Amino acid sequence: MPEMNTQPRPLLAAGFADPVFDSQSAFRAAMEALARPGRIRPVGTASLADAPLLPSAAALVLALCDFETPLHLSAHLGGQSGVAEYLRFHSDAPLVPEPSRAAFAVLDLEQDRLDLEGFAQGTPEYPDRSTTIIACCASVETGAALTIAGPGIAGVASLRVAGLPADFAAQWAANRAGFPLGVDVLFAAPGTIVGLPRSARIIGETG
Amino acid sequence: MTGNTPMADYNFAYLDEQTKRMIEQTKRMIRRAILKAIAVPGYQVPFASREMPMPYGWGTGGVQVTAAILGPDDVLKVIDQGADDTTNAVSIRAFFARTARVAVTTATADATIIQTRHRIPEATLTADQVLVYQVPIPEPLRFLEPRETETRTMHALSEYGLMHVKLYEDIARHGHIATAYAYPVQVAGRYVMDPSPIPKFDNPKMDDCPALQLFGAGREKRIYAIPPHTRVVSLDFEDHPFERNRFDVPCALCGATDSYLDEVVTDDQGGRMHVCSDTDHCESRRAKGHRGTMLADEPVHPADRRSKLEAAE
Repeated sequence: MPEMNTQPRPLLAAGFADPVFDSQSAFRAAMEALARPGRIRPVGTASLADAPLLPSAAALVLALCDFETPLHLSAHLGGQSGVAEYLRFHSDAPLVPEPSRAAFAVLDLEQDRLDLEGFAQGTPEYPDRSTTIIACCASVETGAALTIAGPGIAGVASLRVAGLPADFAAQWAANRAGFPLGVDVLFAAPGTIVGLPRSARIIGETG
Repeated sequence: MTGNTPMADYNFAYLDEQTKRMIEQTKRMIRRAILKAIAVPGYQVPFASREMPMPYGWGTGGVQVTAAILGPDDVLKVIDQGADDTTNAVSIRAFFARTARVAVTTATADATIIQTRHRIPEATLTADQVLVYQVPIPEPLRFLEPRETETRTMHALSEYGLMHVKLYEDIARHGHIATAYAYPVQVAGRYVMDPSPIPKFDNPKMDDCPALQLFGAGREKRIYAIPPHTRVVSLDFEDHPFERNRFDVPCALCGATDSYLDEVVTDDQGGRMHVCSDTDHCESRRAKGHRGTMLADEPVHPADRRSKLEAAE
Protein backbone atom coordinates (compact mmCIF):
# COMPACT_ATOMS: atom_id res chain seq x y z
CA MET A 1 0.00 0.00 0.00
CA PRO A 2 1.44 3.43 -0.92
CA GLU A 3 2.23 5.80 1.90
CA MET A 4 -0.50 8.33 2.62
CA ASN A 5 0.37 11.98 2.21
CA THR A 6 -0.36 13.46 5.61
CA GLN A 7 0.62 17.03 4.73
CA PRO A 8 -2.30 19.44 5.29
CA ARG A 9 -3.49 20.81 1.95
CA PRO A 10 -5.51 23.95 1.26
CA LEU A 11 -9.16 23.18 0.50
CA LEU A 12 -10.29 23.68 -3.08
CA ALA A 13 -13.58 25.36 -3.91
CA ALA A 14 -16.31 23.09 -5.20
CA GLY A 15 -16.80 22.17 -8.86
CA PHE A 16 -20.14 21.21 -10.45
CA ALA A 17 -22.69 19.91 -7.94
CA ASP A 18 -24.05 17.55 -10.60
CA PRO A 19 -21.39 17.01 -13.26
CA VAL A 20 -23.80 15.36 -15.74
CA PHE A 21 -26.52 18.04 -15.72
CA ASP A 22 -24.28 21.03 -15.11
CA SER A 23 -21.90 20.08 -17.93
CA GLN A 24 -24.77 19.54 -20.33
CA SER A 25 -26.33 22.85 -19.39
CA ALA A 26 -23.09 24.86 -19.74
CA PHE A 27 -22.29 23.12 -23.03
CA ARG A 28 -25.73 23.89 -24.39
CA ALA A 29 -25.24 27.57 -23.52
CA ALA A 30 -21.90 27.53 -25.36
CA MET A 31 -23.44 25.76 -28.35
CA GLU A 32 -26.29 28.27 -28.57
CA ALA A 33 -23.86 31.16 -28.08
CA LEU A 34 -21.66 30.10 -31.00
CA ALA A 35 -24.66 29.10 -33.17
CA ARG A 36 -26.24 32.55 -32.68
CA PRO A 37 -23.42 35.07 -32.35
CA GLY A 38 -24.28 38.12 -30.29
CA ARG A 39 -27.24 36.47 -28.54
CA ILE A 40 -26.76 36.55 -24.76
CA ARG A 41 -27.14 33.17 -23.01
CA PRO A 42 -27.55 32.52 -19.28
CA VAL A 43 -25.13 30.04 -17.68
CA GLY A 44 -26.06 28.32 -14.42
CA THR A 45 -23.22 28.68 -11.92
CA ALA A 46 -24.92 28.04 -8.58
CA SER A 47 -22.39 25.49 -7.33
CA LEU A 48 -19.37 27.48 -8.54
CA ALA A 49 -19.91 30.57 -6.39
CA ASP A 50 -16.63 30.03 -4.49
CA ALA A 51 -14.51 29.41 -7.60
CA PRO A 52 -11.37 31.58 -7.68
CA LEU A 53 -12.33 32.93 -11.11
CA LEU A 54 -15.52 34.16 -12.79
CA PRO A 55 -18.04 31.28 -12.28
CA SER A 56 -19.41 31.43 -15.85
CA ALA A 57 -15.86 31.03 -17.23
CA ALA A 58 -15.20 28.22 -14.74
CA ALA A 59 -18.41 26.49 -15.88
CA LEU A 60 -17.24 26.53 -19.50
CA VAL A 61 -13.83 25.06 -18.61
CA LEU A 62 -15.35 22.35 -16.42
CA ALA A 63 -17.92 21.45 -19.09
CA LEU A 64 -15.56 21.38 -22.08
CA CYS A 65 -12.02 20.58 -20.91
CA ASP A 66 -10.39 17.32 -19.84
CA PHE A 67 -7.08 15.49 -20.10
CA GLU A 68 -7.23 15.76 -23.90
CA THR A 69 -7.38 19.57 -24.06
CA PRO A 70 -4.26 21.64 -23.36
CA LEU A 71 -5.42 24.69 -21.39
CA HIS A 72 -3.64 28.06 -21.36
CA LEU A 73 -4.14 30.57 -18.56
CA SER A 74 -3.37 34.24 -19.23
CA ALA A 75 -0.59 36.03 -17.35
CA HIS A 76 -3.13 37.60 -15.01
CA LEU A 77 -5.23 34.49 -14.30
CA GLY A 78 -2.17 32.26 -14.06
CA GLY A 79 -0.85 34.57 -11.35
CA GLN A 80 -4.11 34.65 -9.39
CA SER A 81 -3.93 32.47 -6.34
CA GLY A 82 -5.67 29.14 -6.71
CA VAL A 83 -6.99 29.54 -10.30
CA ALA A 84 -4.57 27.06 -11.91
CA GLU A 85 -5.02 24.53 -9.09
CA TYR A 86 -8.79 24.83 -9.23
CA LEU A 87 -9.08 24.30 -13.00
CA ARG A 88 -6.41 21.58 -13.01
CA PHE A 89 -8.16 19.65 -10.27
CA HIS A 90 -11.72 19.92 -11.55
CA SER A 91 -11.05 19.53 -15.29
CA ASP A 92 -7.91 17.36 -15.47
CA ALA A 93 -6.72 19.60 -18.33
CA PRO A 94 -2.94 19.90 -18.75
CA LEU A 95 -1.82 23.53 -18.43
CA VAL A 96 0.36 24.85 -21.25
CA PRO A 97 2.37 28.09 -21.07
CA GLU A 98 2.28 28.68 -24.84
CA PRO A 99 -1.04 30.07 -26.14
CA SER A 100 -0.24 28.57 -29.56
CA ARG A 101 -0.53 25.04 -28.12
CA ALA A 102 -3.82 25.60 -26.32
CA ALA A 103 -7.14 23.95 -27.22
CA PHE A 104 -8.76 26.31 -24.72
CA ALA A 105 -7.48 29.53 -23.18
CA VAL A 106 -8.88 31.65 -20.38
CA LEU A 107 -8.06 35.34 -20.05
CA ASP A 108 -9.37 38.48 -18.42
CA LEU A 109 -10.18 41.35 -20.79
CA GLU A 110 -9.60 43.97 -18.08
CA GLN A 111 -6.20 42.69 -17.04
CA ASP A 112 -4.67 40.91 -20.02
CA ARG A 113 -3.53 42.12 -23.42
CA LEU A 114 -5.59 40.36 -26.07
CA ASP A 115 -3.56 38.94 -28.96
CA LEU A 116 -5.73 36.71 -31.14
CA GLU A 117 -2.85 35.84 -33.48
CA GLY A 118 -0.87 34.30 -30.65
CA PHE A 119 -3.29 31.41 -30.23
CA ALA A 120 -3.53 28.18 -32.24
CA GLN A 121 -5.15 28.94 -35.61
CA GLY A 122 -5.63 25.36 -36.89
CA THR A 123 -4.25 24.09 -40.19
CA PRO A 124 -5.77 24.27 -43.69
CA GLU A 125 -6.59 20.53 -43.49
CA TYR A 126 -7.68 20.65 -39.83
CA PRO A 127 -9.00 24.15 -39.03
CA ASP A 128 -10.58 22.65 -35.88
CA ARG A 129 -7.13 22.38 -34.27
CA SER A 130 -7.42 25.92 -33.01
CA THR A 131 -7.88 27.66 -29.66
CA THR A 132 -11.29 28.42 -28.22
CA ILE A 133 -10.80 31.55 -26.11
CA ILE A 134 -12.86 32.08 -22.96
CA ALA A 135 -12.60 35.82 -22.28
CA CYS A 136 -13.76 37.02 -18.86
CA CYS A 137 -15.39 40.43 -18.90
CA ALA A 138 -17.49 42.62 -16.62
CA SER A 139 -20.55 42.66 -18.87
CA VAL A 140 -21.91 41.56 -22.24
CA GLU A 141 -24.62 44.22 -22.11
CA THR A 142 -22.55 47.38 -21.81
CA GLY A 143 -19.62 48.59 -23.88
CA ALA A 144 -19.34 49.83 -27.43
CA ALA A 145 -21.79 48.11 -29.77
CA LEU A 146 -20.27 46.17 -32.64
CA THR A 147 -22.51 45.24 -35.56
CA ILE A 148 -21.84 41.68 -36.64
CA ALA A 149 -23.01 39.48 -39.52
CA GLY A 150 -22.43 35.94 -40.70
CA PRO A 151 -23.68 32.36 -40.19
CA GLY A 152 -26.06 32.10 -37.24
CA ILE A 153 -27.28 35.68 -37.66
CA ALA A 154 -30.47 36.68 -39.51
CA GLY A 155 -29.34 39.95 -41.10
CA VAL A 156 -27.17 41.69 -38.53
CA ALA A 157 -26.76 41.44 -34.76
CA SER A 158 -25.27 43.61 -32.06
CA LEU A 159 -22.40 42.55 -29.81
CA ARG A 160 -21.49 44.47 -26.65
CA VAL A 161 -18.55 43.41 -24.53
CA ALA A 162 -17.14 45.58 -21.73
CA GLY A 163 -13.39 46.08 -21.84
CA LEU A 164 -12.62 45.15 -25.45
CA PRO A 165 -9.26 46.56 -26.55
CA ALA A 166 -9.33 49.50 -28.96
CA ASP A 167 -7.84 47.42 -31.76
CA PHE A 168 -10.31 44.54 -31.38
CA ALA A 169 -12.13 45.18 -34.68
CA ALA A 170 -8.79 45.20 -36.51
CA GLN A 171 -7.66 42.00 -34.78
CA TRP A 172 -10.97 40.36 -35.58
CA ALA A 173 -10.78 41.42 -39.25
CA ALA A 174 -7.40 39.65 -39.45
CA ASN A 175 -8.89 36.59 -37.73
CA ARG A 176 -11.80 36.58 -40.20
CA ALA A 177 -9.47 37.02 -43.16
CA GLY A 178 -7.78 33.75 -42.30
CA PHE A 179 -11.03 31.75 -42.38
CA PRO A 180 -11.42 28.77 -42.09
CA LEU A 181 -8.39 29.16 -39.82
CA GLY A 182 -8.75 31.31 -36.73
CA VAL A 183 -9.94 31.41 -33.14
CA ASP A 184 -13.46 31.36 -31.68
CA VAL A 185 -14.30 33.44 -28.62
CA LEU A 186 -16.77 32.90 -25.80
CA PHE A 187 -17.11 36.09 -23.75
CA ALA A 188 -18.01 35.25 -20.15
CA ALA A 189 -19.69 37.84 -17.93
CA PRO A 190 -21.27 37.22 -14.52
CA GLY A 191 -24.08 34.71 -15.17
CA THR A 192 -24.10 35.12 -18.96
CA ILE A 193 -22.03 34.37 -22.04
CA VAL A 194 -22.00 35.54 -25.64
CA GLY A 195 -20.22 33.91 -28.58
CA LEU A 196 -18.16 35.15 -31.52
CA PRO A 197 -17.17 32.28 -33.85
CA ARG A 198 -14.48 32.82 -36.51
CA SER A 199 -17.19 32.83 -39.19
CA ALA A 200 -18.60 36.16 -37.89
CA ARG A 201 -17.66 39.49 -39.45
CA ILE A 202 -17.66 42.84 -37.65
CA ILE A 203 -19.30 45.20 -40.12
CA GLY A 204 -19.69 48.31 -37.99
CA GLU A 205 -18.73 50.04 -34.77
CA THR A 206 -21.07 52.49 -33.11
CA GLY A 207 -19.93 54.20 -29.91
CA MET B 1 -39.06 1.79 -14.47
CA THR B 2 -39.35 4.18 -11.58
CA GLY B 3 -41.54 6.61 -13.45
CA ASN B 4 -40.68 10.09 -12.29
CA THR B 5 -36.97 9.65 -11.66
CA PRO B 6 -35.41 12.59 -13.47
CA MET B 7 -32.64 12.22 -15.98
CA ALA B 8 -30.14 12.18 -13.11
CA ASP B 9 -29.66 8.46 -13.07
CA TYR B 10 -29.26 8.55 -16.80
CA ASN B 11 -27.88 5.30 -18.21
CA PHE B 12 -26.04 5.49 -14.90
CA ALA B 13 -27.87 3.21 -12.57
CA TYR B 14 -26.09 0.02 -13.58
CA LEU B 15 -22.72 1.44 -14.47
CA ASP B 16 -19.53 1.48 -12.47
CA GLU B 17 -17.59 4.66 -11.76
CA GLN B 18 -15.06 4.13 -14.54
CA THR B 19 -17.75 3.62 -17.18
CA LYS B 20 -19.57 6.77 -16.05
CA ARG B 21 -16.37 8.77 -16.45
CA MET B 22 -15.85 7.30 -19.91
CA ILE B 23 -19.38 8.22 -21.01
CA GLU B 24 -18.96 11.79 -19.76
CA GLN B 25 -15.56 12.06 -21.45
CA THR B 26 -17.04 10.82 -24.75
CA LYS B 27 -19.81 13.40 -24.56
CA ARG B 28 -17.28 16.17 -23.85
CA MET B 29 -15.25 15.18 -26.91
CA ILE B 30 -18.34 15.21 -29.13
CA ARG B 31 -19.46 18.52 -27.62
CA ARG B 32 -16.10 20.09 -28.48
CA ALA B 33 -16.42 18.77 -32.05
CA ILE B 34 -19.92 20.30 -32.29
CA LEU B 35 -18.61 23.73 -31.23
CA LYS B 36 -15.90 23.61 -33.92
CA ALA B 37 -18.40 22.38 -36.51
CA ILE B 38 -20.63 25.37 -35.78
CA ALA B 39 -17.70 27.81 -36.02
CA VAL B 40 -16.61 26.40 -39.41
CA PRO B 41 -19.92 25.69 -41.20
CA GLY B 42 -19.84 22.65 -43.50
CA TYR B 43 -16.36 21.50 -42.40
CA GLN B 44 -16.19 17.87 -41.23
CA VAL B 45 -14.71 17.76 -37.72
CA PRO B 46 -13.11 14.39 -36.92
CA PHE B 47 -13.90 12.80 -33.57
CA ALA B 48 -13.15 9.49 -31.89
CA SER B 49 -16.39 7.50 -32.13
CA ARG B 50 -17.01 5.14 -29.23
CA GLU B 51 -18.80 1.82 -29.02
CA MET B 52 -22.54 2.31 -29.08
CA PRO B 53 -25.22 -0.21 -28.14
CA MET B 54 -26.27 -0.52 -31.81
CA PRO B 55 -24.43 -1.39 -35.02
CA TYR B 56 -23.01 1.16 -37.48
CA GLY B 57 -25.55 1.91 -40.16
CA TRP B 58 -28.34 2.30 -37.62
CA GLY B 59 -27.71 5.92 -36.82
CA THR B 60 -24.83 5.78 -34.35
CA GLY B 61 -23.49 9.17 -35.49
CA GLY B 62 -26.86 10.82 -34.96
CA VAL B 63 -27.34 9.01 -31.65
CA GLN B 64 -23.98 10.23 -30.35
CA VAL B 65 -24.75 13.84 -31.32
CA THR B 66 -28.22 13.64 -29.77
CA ALA B 67 -26.83 12.06 -26.57
CA ALA B 68 -24.24 14.85 -26.30
CA ILE B 69 -26.70 17.75 -26.59
CA LEU B 70 -29.81 16.27 -24.91
CA GLY B 71 -30.88 17.79 -21.58
CA PRO B 72 -33.69 17.23 -19.07
CA ASP B 73 -35.90 19.94 -20.65
CA ASP B 74 -35.69 18.57 -24.19
CA VAL B 75 -38.48 16.91 -26.14
CA LEU B 76 -37.15 14.42 -28.68
CA LYS B 77 -38.63 13.37 -32.03
CA VAL B 78 -37.01 10.68 -34.19
CA ILE B 79 -37.91 10.12 -37.83
CA ASP B 80 -36.76 7.65 -40.45
CA GLN B 81 -37.61 8.52 -44.07
CA GLY B 82 -40.13 11.00 -42.64
CA ALA B 83 -41.94 8.45 -40.50
CA ASP B 84 -42.04 8.24 -36.70
CA ASP B 85 -43.18 4.62 -36.68
CA THR B 86 -40.44 2.72 -38.54
CA THR B 87 -38.18 0.24 -36.73
CA ASN B 88 -35.15 2.54 -36.67
CA ALA B 89 -37.09 5.56 -35.39
CA VAL B 90 -38.98 3.56 -32.77
CA SER B 91 -35.86 1.88 -31.38
CA ILE B 92 -33.81 5.10 -31.18
CA ARG B 93 -36.71 6.91 -29.51
CA ALA B 94 -37.15 4.04 -27.05
CA PHE B 95 -33.40 4.04 -26.37
CA PHE B 96 -33.45 7.69 -25.26
CA ALA B 97 -36.77 7.41 -23.46
CA ARG B 98 -35.33 4.56 -21.39
CA THR B 99 -31.72 5.67 -20.85
CA ALA B 100 -32.18 9.43 -20.60
CA ARG B 101 -35.82 9.47 -19.42
CA VAL B 102 -36.36 12.32 -21.84
CA ALA B 103 -39.80 13.36 -23.13
CA VAL B 104 -40.53 12.11 -26.64
CA THR B 105 -43.05 13.21 -29.25
CA THR B 106 -44.06 12.57 -32.85
CA ALA B 107 -45.33 16.15 -33.36
CA THR B 108 -42.71 18.22 -35.17
CA ALA B 109 -43.92 21.44 -33.57
CA ASP B 110 -43.51 20.07 -30.02
CA ALA B 111 -39.94 18.80 -30.45
CA THR B 112 -36.79 20.66 -29.36
CA ILE B 113 -34.48 18.04 -30.89
CA ILE B 114 -35.39 16.11 -34.05
CA GLN B 115 -33.10 13.25 -35.04
CA THR B 116 -33.62 12.30 -38.66
CA ARG B 117 -32.62 9.78 -41.26
CA HIS B 118 -33.11 10.82 -44.91
CA ARG B 119 -35.70 13.62 -44.57
CA ILE B 120 -36.24 17.17 -43.35
CA PRO B 121 -39.73 17.67 -41.88
CA GLU B 122 -42.22 19.56 -44.06
CA ALA B 123 -43.18 21.96 -41.24
CA THR B 124 -40.89 25.00 -41.08
CA LEU B 125 -38.46 24.50 -38.21
CA THR B 126 -38.02 27.16 -35.52
CA ALA B 127 -35.15 28.81 -33.65
CA ASP B 128 -35.96 26.63 -30.62
CA GLN B 129 -35.18 23.42 -32.49
CA VAL B 130 -32.07 21.43 -33.38
CA LEU B 131 -32.16 19.02 -36.34
CA VAL B 132 -29.72 16.09 -35.97
CA TYR B 133 -29.00 14.14 -39.17
CA GLN B 134 -27.79 10.53 -39.26
CA VAL B 135 -25.08 10.46 -41.93
CA PRO B 136 -23.81 7.27 -43.61
CA ILE B 137 -21.08 8.82 -45.80
CA PRO B 138 -20.06 12.36 -44.84
CA GLU B 139 -17.54 13.08 -47.60
CA PRO B 140 -19.21 14.53 -50.73
CA LEU B 141 -16.04 13.94 -52.74
CA ARG B 142 -15.60 10.30 -51.67
CA PHE B 143 -17.00 8.70 -54.84
CA LEU B 144 -14.74 10.90 -56.93
CA GLU B 145 -11.60 10.57 -54.81
CA PRO B 146 -11.29 7.60 -52.44
CA ARG B 147 -8.20 8.89 -50.58
CA GLU B 148 -8.97 10.81 -47.38
CA THR B 149 -5.66 12.73 -47.57
CA GLU B 150 -6.64 13.95 -51.05
CA THR B 151 -10.18 15.00 -50.16
CA ARG B 152 -8.84 16.88 -47.10
CA THR B 153 -6.48 18.80 -49.38
CA MET B 154 -9.27 19.49 -51.85
CA HIS B 155 -11.42 20.97 -49.05
CA ALA B 156 -8.43 22.94 -47.74
CA LEU B 157 -7.89 24.49 -51.17
CA SER B 158 -11.62 24.82 -52.02
CA GLU B 159 -10.83 22.68 -55.04
CA TYR B 160 -14.31 21.56 -55.96
CA GLY B 161 -13.93 21.30 -59.74
CA LEU B 162 -14.34 17.50 -59.63
CA MET B 163 -17.77 17.86 -58.07
CA HIS B 164 -18.92 19.98 -60.99
CA VAL B 165 -17.39 17.47 -63.41
CA LYS B 166 -19.52 14.76 -61.80
CA LEU B 167 -22.70 16.82 -62.13
CA TYR B 168 -21.71 17.71 -65.70
CA GLU B 169 -21.32 14.03 -66.57
CA ASP B 170 -24.89 13.59 -65.36
CA ILE B 171 -26.01 16.21 -67.84
CA ALA B 172 -23.95 14.69 -70.67
CA ARG B 173 -25.45 11.25 -70.01
CA HIS B 174 -29.01 12.02 -68.98
CA GLY B 175 -29.62 15.52 -70.33
CA HIS B 176 -30.14 16.80 -66.78
CA ILE B 177 -28.54 16.49 -63.34
CA ALA B 178 -29.70 13.00 -62.37
CA THR B 179 -28.50 13.13 -58.74
CA ALA B 180 -31.75 12.88 -56.80
CA TYR B 181 -30.58 12.52 -53.21
CA ALA B 182 -27.43 13.40 -51.20
CA TYR B 183 -27.28 16.32 -53.64
CA PRO B 184 -24.14 18.34 -52.78
CA VAL B 185 -24.41 21.85 -51.33
CA GLN B 186 -22.01 24.68 -50.62
CA VAL B 187 -22.29 26.11 -47.11
CA ALA B 188 -21.73 29.81 -46.35
CA GLY B 189 -19.84 30.17 -49.62
CA ARG B 190 -17.01 27.89 -48.53
CA TYR B 191 -17.24 24.14 -47.82
CA VAL B 192 -18.97 21.71 -50.15
CA MET B 193 -21.02 19.37 -47.98
CA ASP B 194 -23.02 16.16 -48.29
CA PRO B 195 -26.46 16.82 -46.82
CA SER B 196 -26.84 13.04 -46.12
CA PRO B 197 -29.22 11.01 -48.32
CA ILE B 198 -32.16 13.41 -48.11
CA PRO B 199 -34.06 13.84 -51.39
CA LYS B 200 -32.97 16.96 -53.26
CA PHE B 201 -36.58 18.09 -52.70
CA ASP B 202 -35.45 18.91 -49.15
CA ASN B 203 -32.28 20.85 -50.11
CA PRO B 204 -33.94 24.31 -50.19
CA LYS B 205 -35.10 23.81 -46.57
CA MET B 206 -31.47 23.89 -45.37
CA ASP B 207 -30.95 27.41 -46.67
CA ASP B 208 -31.55 30.22 -44.13
CA CYS B 209 -33.15 27.65 -41.78
CA PRO B 210 -33.97 29.14 -38.35
CA ALA B 211 -32.95 25.88 -36.60
CA LEU B 212 -29.40 24.68 -35.95
CA GLN B 213 -28.56 21.64 -38.12
CA LEU B 214 -26.03 19.08 -36.86
CA PHE B 215 -24.74 16.09 -38.86
CA GLY B 216 -23.24 12.98 -37.22
CA ALA B 217 -21.45 10.18 -39.09
CA GLY B 218 -20.66 7.32 -36.70
CA ARG B 219 -18.69 4.95 -38.88
CA GLU B 220 -16.51 7.68 -40.40
CA LYS B 221 -16.37 9.66 -37.15
CA ARG B 222 -17.24 13.10 -38.50
CA ILE B 223 -19.46 15.87 -37.21
CA TYR B 224 -20.47 18.90 -39.26
CA ALA B 225 -22.99 21.68 -38.90
CA ILE B 226 -25.05 24.39 -40.54
CA PRO B 227 -25.68 27.25 -38.10
CA PRO B 228 -29.11 28.93 -38.23
CA HIS B 229 -29.70 31.44 -41.03
CA THR B 230 -26.76 30.24 -43.10
CA ARG B 231 -26.62 30.37 -46.89
CA VAL B 232 -26.82 26.82 -48.30
CA VAL B 233 -26.63 26.57 -52.10
CA SER B 234 -27.19 23.40 -54.13
CA LEU B 235 -24.42 23.09 -56.73
CA ASP B 236 -25.56 23.63 -60.31
CA PHE B 237 -24.77 25.29 -63.64
CA GLU B 238 -26.07 28.53 -65.13
CA ASP B 239 -27.68 26.65 -68.02
CA HIS B 240 -28.76 23.73 -65.84
CA PRO B 241 -29.99 25.33 -62.61
CA PHE B 242 -30.83 23.23 -59.55
CA GLU B 243 -34.42 22.02 -59.72
CA ARG B 244 -36.47 20.72 -56.84
CA ASN B 245 -38.34 17.60 -57.93
CA ARG B 246 -42.11 18.04 -58.09
CA PHE B 247 -44.89 15.50 -57.94
CA ASP B 248 -47.71 15.62 -60.46
CA VAL B 249 -50.25 14.19 -58.02
CA PRO B 250 -51.34 15.37 -54.56
CA CYS B 251 -51.06 13.19 -51.44
CA ALA B 252 -53.83 10.56 -51.66
CA LEU B 253 -54.59 10.88 -47.94
CA CYS B 254 -54.32 14.59 -47.09
CA GLY B 255 -54.36 16.24 -50.53
CA ALA B 256 -51.07 18.11 -49.96
CA THR B 257 -49.52 19.35 -53.21
CA ASP B 258 -46.28 20.68 -51.76
CA SER B 259 -44.93 17.74 -49.75
CA TYR B 260 -42.53 14.90 -50.57
CA LEU B 261 -44.51 11.79 -51.52
CA ASP B 262 -43.78 8.08 -51.22
CA GLU B 263 -45.29 5.65 -53.72
CA VAL B 264 -47.20 2.84 -52.03
CA VAL B 265 -48.32 -0.29 -53.90
CA THR B 266 -51.84 -1.11 -52.75
CA ASP B 267 -52.63 -4.44 -54.47
CA ASP B 268 -51.30 -6.92 -57.00
CA GLN B 269 -53.33 -5.38 -59.85
CA GLY B 270 -50.97 -2.45 -60.36
CA GLY B 271 -52.83 -0.25 -57.90
CA ARG B 272 -50.74 2.38 -56.19
CA MET B 273 -51.07 5.59 -54.25
CA HIS B 274 -48.81 8.53 -53.42
CA VAL B 275 -48.77 9.62 -49.79
CA CYS B 276 -46.76 12.12 -47.72
CA SER B 277 -43.48 10.63 -46.47
CA ASP B 278 -43.70 12.97 -43.44
CA THR B 279 -46.32 11.09 -41.40
CA ASP B 280 -46.76 13.85 -38.81
CA HIS B 281 -47.35 16.44 -41.55
CA CYS B 282 -49.96 14.20 -43.21
CA GLU B 283 -51.75 13.39 -39.96
CA SER B 284 -51.91 17.00 -38.80
CA ARG B 285 -53.29 18.07 -42.18
CA ARG B 286 -55.99 15.38 -41.98
CA ALA B 287 -56.77 16.45 -38.41
CA LYS B 288 -57.40 19.94 -39.78
CA GLY B 289 -59.90 18.53 -42.28
CA HIS B 290 -57.74 18.23 -45.41
CA ARG B 291 -58.74 15.16 -47.39
CA GLY B 292 -57.11 13.26 -50.23
CA THR B 293 -58.91 11.23 -52.87
CA MET B 294 -58.17 7.85 -51.27
CA LEU B 295 -58.88 8.69 -47.65
CA ALA B 296 -61.65 6.43 -46.36
CA ASP B 297 -64.83 8.38 -45.62
CA GLU B 298 -65.31 7.05 -42.16
CA PRO B 299 -62.42 5.12 -40.72
CA VAL B 300 -63.87 1.89 -39.34
CA HIS B 301 -62.07 0.27 -36.44
CA PRO B 302 -61.60 -3.49 -37.06
CA ALA B 303 -63.50 -4.24 -33.84
CA ASP B 304 -66.49 -2.21 -35.04
CA ARG B 305 -66.36 -3.91 -38.41
CA ARG B 306 -66.53 -7.30 -36.72
CA SER B 307 -69.50 -6.36 -34.56
CA LYS B 308 -71.26 -4.98 -37.66
CA LEU B 309 -70.65 -8.26 -39.44
CA GLU B 310 -71.94 -10.16 -36.43
CA ALA B 311 -75.03 -7.96 -36.34
CA ALA B 312 -75.62 -8.62 -40.04
CA GLU B 313 -75.49 -12.33 -39.43
